[in-house]
Amino acid sequence: MTAVTPAPPDTAVRQAPAGAVPPNPPGGRSRLRAAAGFAFGAALLFAVAPLVLSDFRLALLAKYLCVAMVAVGIGIAWGRGGMLTLGQGVFFGLGGYAMAMHLKLADAGPGGMPDFMQLYGQLDELPLWWRPFASPWFALPATVLLPMAVAFGLGSLVFRRRVRGAYFAILSQALAAAMVILLIGQQGTTGGTNGLTDIQGFFGYDLDDPVNQRMVYFIIAAVLLALLALARQLIHSRYGELLVAVRDGEERVRFLGYDPASVKLVAYVVAAGMAGLAGALFVPAVGIISPALIGIVPSIEFVIGVAVGGRATLLGPVLGAVAVAWARTALSERFPGTWTYLQGLLFVVVVAFLPGGLASLWALTRHRAPGPASDRRGWSPLGRRRGDRAEVPAA
Amino acid sequence: MTVLFGQLFTGISIGAVLLLIALGLALTFGQMNVINMAHGEFIMAGAYTTYVLQQSITSAGLSLVVALPVAFVVAGTMGVLLEILLIRRLYARPLDTLLVTWGVSLMLQQLARDVFGSPNVQTRAPDLLTGNVALPGGLTIANNRLFILALALAAVAALTLALRLTPLGRRIRAVVQNRDLAAVSGIPTARIDRTTFFLGSGLAGLAGVALTLLGPIGPTMGTNLIIDAFLVVVVGGIGQLKGSVIVAFALGVLQATGEYLTTLSVAKVIVFVAIVAFLQWRPQGLFTLRTRSLA
Repeated sequence: MTAVTPAPPDTAVRQAPAGAVPPNPPGGRSRLRAAAGFAFGAALLFAVAPLVLSDFRLALLAKYLCVAMVAVGIGIAWGRGGMLTLGQGVFFGLGGYAMAMHLKLADAGPGGMPDFMQLYGQLDELPLWWRPFASPWFALPATVLLPMAVAFGLGSLVFRRRVRGAYFAILSQALAAAMVILLIGQQGTTGGTNGLTDIQGFFGYDLDDPVNQRMVYFIIAAVLLALLALARQLIHSRYGELLVAVRDGEERVRFLGYDPASVKLVAYVVAAGMAGLAGALFVPAVGIISPALIGIVPSIEFVIGVAVGGRATLLGPVLGAVAVAWARTALSERFPGTWTYLQGLLFVVVVAFLPGGLASLWALTRHRAPGPASDRRGWSPLGRRRGDRAEVPAA
Repeated sequence: MTVLFGQLFTGISIGAVLLLIALGLALTFGQMNVINMAHGEFIMAGAYTTYVLQQSITSAGLSLVVALPVAFVVAGTMGVLLEILLIRRLYARPLDTLLVTWGVSLMLQQLARDVFGSPNVQTRAPDLLTGNVALPGGLTIANNRLFILALALAAVAALTLALRLTPLGRRIRAVVQNRDLAAVSGIPTARIDRTTFFLGSGLAGLAGVALTLLGPIGPTMGTNLIIDAFLVVVVGGIGQLKGSVIVAFALGVLQATGEYLTTLSVAKVIVFVAIVAFLQWRPQGLFTLRTRSLA
């Protein structure tokens, strides 16, 4: 994983045909391009957006960028690894709740209890499992490590027994359903349907202050860029190629002597960690975490942004997630019913007719075959997926 | 004893509802490897069909009897339309059908909201089904739950017989077991797929009619049920119905018992953990078709 193969120039922004091994690197140009793109993105996020957007819109953008972080993880797990995870909301929620619990306890002060617990009035003292979250040294690592641990537990059980494809998708979705029902059921200690609301402070900074909101935005933008850099390294490493190989022909990878279960597990755990971090940063940006934000429906909505942008690309999921979230706000403000139709249509049109997402349109202009993820069913020993046209050689 | 029996019967009746929904899924998922998330909306369509019929047929009993075949046809037709328009293009990409049909289900839900309004609506149950059956020893069974159990069992029996004895059933089994070999033997697989989709979706319509007896009907009624039903299919194993039958009742009883011993929310988690543990033992589900494929 440490040995990073520099990718050819074009793959810095989008991917070669699925399963194709990138040709030998022509030199350091790809890194240069990636660095240039990175700098451009940073300039956009750090300089242009804060200047152009109002405080309100900037706060919205911060929210979208959190969704984009989840999308980066889904891009790795689903786009590159072929694991359609419909339960990223669980990891988003674990991160979010861990952060919110800490912030609620910090708001309440030492020895205090969060307001909602007094409201429901059944508890005399803080429940045992809340206590560690009073310490930032526990809560902050927990926002990432807790989701990763859950993903590791489920993933190692499931992948090792070769539960995959649709089975895995259904299981991940059932996990989201179970988590939400559990949160709502344990109202006294989790806030129930309302979730954890009205979070005012963020490590001593007042979140009502626009200046501090701006600071939260900058933190989120920086973390997103860092995650993108991490994802790029991962995708272009030897591990990244192995991951694509597992997606396109798990059995063949097994016959080559690798363990596909471990390969998939790493991608799943990384995606979970990214979702957890996103959830943790979502809380100070929006001030609330609740079951409605992490259940089945939001979990699957995380996926649609990735599909729209281009699941197997690096930037596609980010741009797709931000675009879909933005369209949602813009349209549902004015026509709430219409947005649901449009969202449904988006799922249908993009996934059915443009499986490579918008990134594949971009790729078409460069005379390259797009690289949509394939599924096991189409696998054939001849090395071509059923219905595939002959692979267009890379230009 | 009474409590235990009550819980057991509650579990069986949860299982019967799950079974009615899962039967259709087991058919389509087993044969075409297609995950149809819009199946929940076909349930909704069946339920609203009952509601609409009750607007014109005043007798609750008669409307229920009429609703069963009509809902079957309505939901089945919707399924065939979905198959022809979208799913047919996606047979090589089963995971993508999941997302596409989710999009369809979003649109159908919004359509129901626009046509029937967001609030839930209620149907009238026939008098015959509102009472209880008294058993010796002070035990009672609600009539409507008994009816649903009978309906589910009748559906299983009819489907099993149809698959075993009719030419259509023979073709369906052939396609499930080996699609390519069935195709070269002259079986029109595309047409069989469409028929299976009609049957599977129609069963969802029946489930919808049954659900009107248990509670109000609303645009999102399908979403909550569909995941449990999919779990039944996953755990039961695809390609055969008996797995789904056993697992539906087992999950129902587990859910009811867990609910009785703890709470509803903890019971859901227990069921989930039990399923993951079960898949450690049998990752392909309870019953599987033996094939030589690597999957």
